[in-house]
Amino acid sequence: MHTISLIAYGQFDMEFLERIAAEIATELNYPVSLTQGHLDLSDFFDPNRRQYNGNELIKVVDAMAPPKASKVLGLFTVDLFIPILTYIFGQAFLNGRTGIASLHRLKNEYYGMKPNKFLLFERFKKEIIHELGHTLGLKHCYFPPCVMQSSTYVEDIDQKEPGFCLQCLGSIKNED
Amino acid sequence: MAKQISLLIVDDEESVRDSLYNWFIEDDYYVECAEDAKEALSIIETKNFDIIITDIKMPGMDGMEMHRRIRALNKKSIVIIMTAFATVDTAVQALKDGAFDYITKPFDPDELSHLIKNAAKQITLEQENLALKEKFTELENVDDIVGDSEPMKQVLKEVMSVAQSNSSVVITGESGTGKELIARAIHSNSPRKYFPLVSVHCGALSESLLESELFGHEKGAFTGAMYNRKGRFEMADGGTIFLDEIATISAKMQVELLRVLETKKFVRVGGNKEISSDFRVICATNRDLKSMVEKGTFREDLYYRLNVVNINVPPLRERPSDIPLLVNFFIKKYCVAMNKEPISIDEQALIRMKEFDYPGNVRELENMIERAIVIGDGKKIRLSDLPLAKDSVISGYESLEDLEKAHIIQILNKYGWNISQSAKALKVDRVTLYNKIKKFDLKQPE
Repeated sequence: MHTISLIAYGQFDMEFLERIAAEIATELNYPVSLTQGHLDLSDFFDPNRRQYNGNELIKVVDAMAPPKASKVLGLFTVDLFIPILTYIFGQAFLNGRTGIASLHRLKNEYYGMKPNKFLLFERFKKEIIHELGHTLGLKHCYFPPCVMQSSTYVEDIDQKEPGFCLQCLGSIKNED
Repeated sequence: MAKQISLLIVDDEESVRDSLYNWFIEDDYYVECAEDAKEALSIIETKNFDIIITDIKMPGMDGMEMHRRIRALNKKSIVIIMTAFATVDTAVQALKDGAFDYITKPFDPDELSHLIKNAAKQITLEQENLALKEKFTELENVDDIVGDSEPMKQVLKEVMSVAQSNSSVVITGESGTGKELIARAIHSNSPRKYFPLVSVHCGALSESLLESELFGHEKGAFTGAMYNRKGRFEMADGGTIFLDEIATISAKMQVELLRVLETKKFVRVGGNKEISSDFRVICATNRDLKSMVEKGTFREDLYYRLNVVNINVPPLRERPSDIPLLVNFFIKKYCVAMNKEPISIDEQALIRMKEFDYPGNVRELENMIERAIVIGDGKKIRLSDLPLAKDSVISGYESLEDLEKAHIIQILNKYGWNISQSAKALKVDRVTLYNKIKKFDLKQPE
């Protein structure tokens, strides 16, 4: 049985995150805790790219994670990148303990559209489940509705469901 | 994905290697990393990778040089060059050196995803193409040419040696000996095998039709020419043209043909544009071209242009040892085609088949077997199922006594050993027939 720890770094609406944590607990059927983390993000800021280095952040989140939690996900509001890619929605250690996810590019406002809280909630929930899926050993899935389908655009996230397909679910159950 | 695609990432920056590694691992690729060109080349020497993604600017050997060395190793890997210092010149050079694509760091996740998917698609297509080519070669080998006799072994030897060259070939032999099969075998074992083999039956076409057939025609060239049409020479571009019954072409066509063979250029009927085509010519004839040249009915210059290599296919009567093989081959062929269980052939029928002289050669034997399977009982081919001419069957007998014996056997078999009917057919009485049976010690087959 895994225990999932969601750690919020930055200015989040905690009620929004609590609802997400509850739905993730239902979806994965693992206990999920939500805490507020403290980190000086300026150390991870790249002034040339005006973004935050996801590779460095994931290492720090991993190092600061509560020892009892078997899966840890750092939640951010800032724009994340990795050296090779222009941006990421999140990333995780495959079959590891830690992942990160950002709300920044999931907001409609980022794309010049009207805010949509429902859409933002669904997108962030899917992104968190997706990254947790990687920590549980799941690779990208080619079944379109599966949450493990790779998403490079925010519209791709909207197309998929917030849950695993039967095959991915089966892989997680076999690992348990 | 049918096969797991393997990737080698070459970059001196650890963070880049790690990022790409994690990105591709999540997409279920097999990934390995190297921190410089030297390490990459030593990995590549022992392992094959489908895709190699390499940075250009690296300490020591750069990505471009590494790419050239990979090509020198004759590795089939797709190479994608990446760099943070994008210039058009480097991009062009990378592509000229055979790189699959060029990408500038940092790239959009979507761009990377599409690039790798396209590369993977190309790998799959190449693998499919290779598999199809292998299958095609299997289908078009010389297995259709049946024969274990010395004359046929010699023919096959000549086929294999001439196939690799680009020389014109004249295949001679009686009608029905399988000249077209020999032409197909030459084509399918030649470097032109992936291009078409275009056959033209010269004897079946009038002079004007043959001209239009060989050279093609432009719309309105003659009444009924409603569309532009490619000729057979044009269709055979890269491949082989097979001109059957070459001896039947007219004097005018002989001149035209000679010109095309010399220049590999021609003009469509009614057209004015010269068309080039790269083809190999294989001709076949059942006539003696040399004597036609002597008589002045076939152009000498054309004869020498065509007859660079001559393969003579022996008639079936000169290779009777091939008959049982051919019989079995055609039995299998037609049983499969007619969806019937494989059947055998009666020993007596096979003996008679071996004695027959086959003026129509293999084609006649093939038709004989097809007919026997159609009209037979579906279990065994018997002598009565074969349309063997009587005079040919008994031609091997010299004495009258042997001839009489063979004839009596044939009549008895024909009437199912009914003595009264057989005696009536032989126009002798029953006692005489009984005496002959006793004299020749004949026994009814079981």
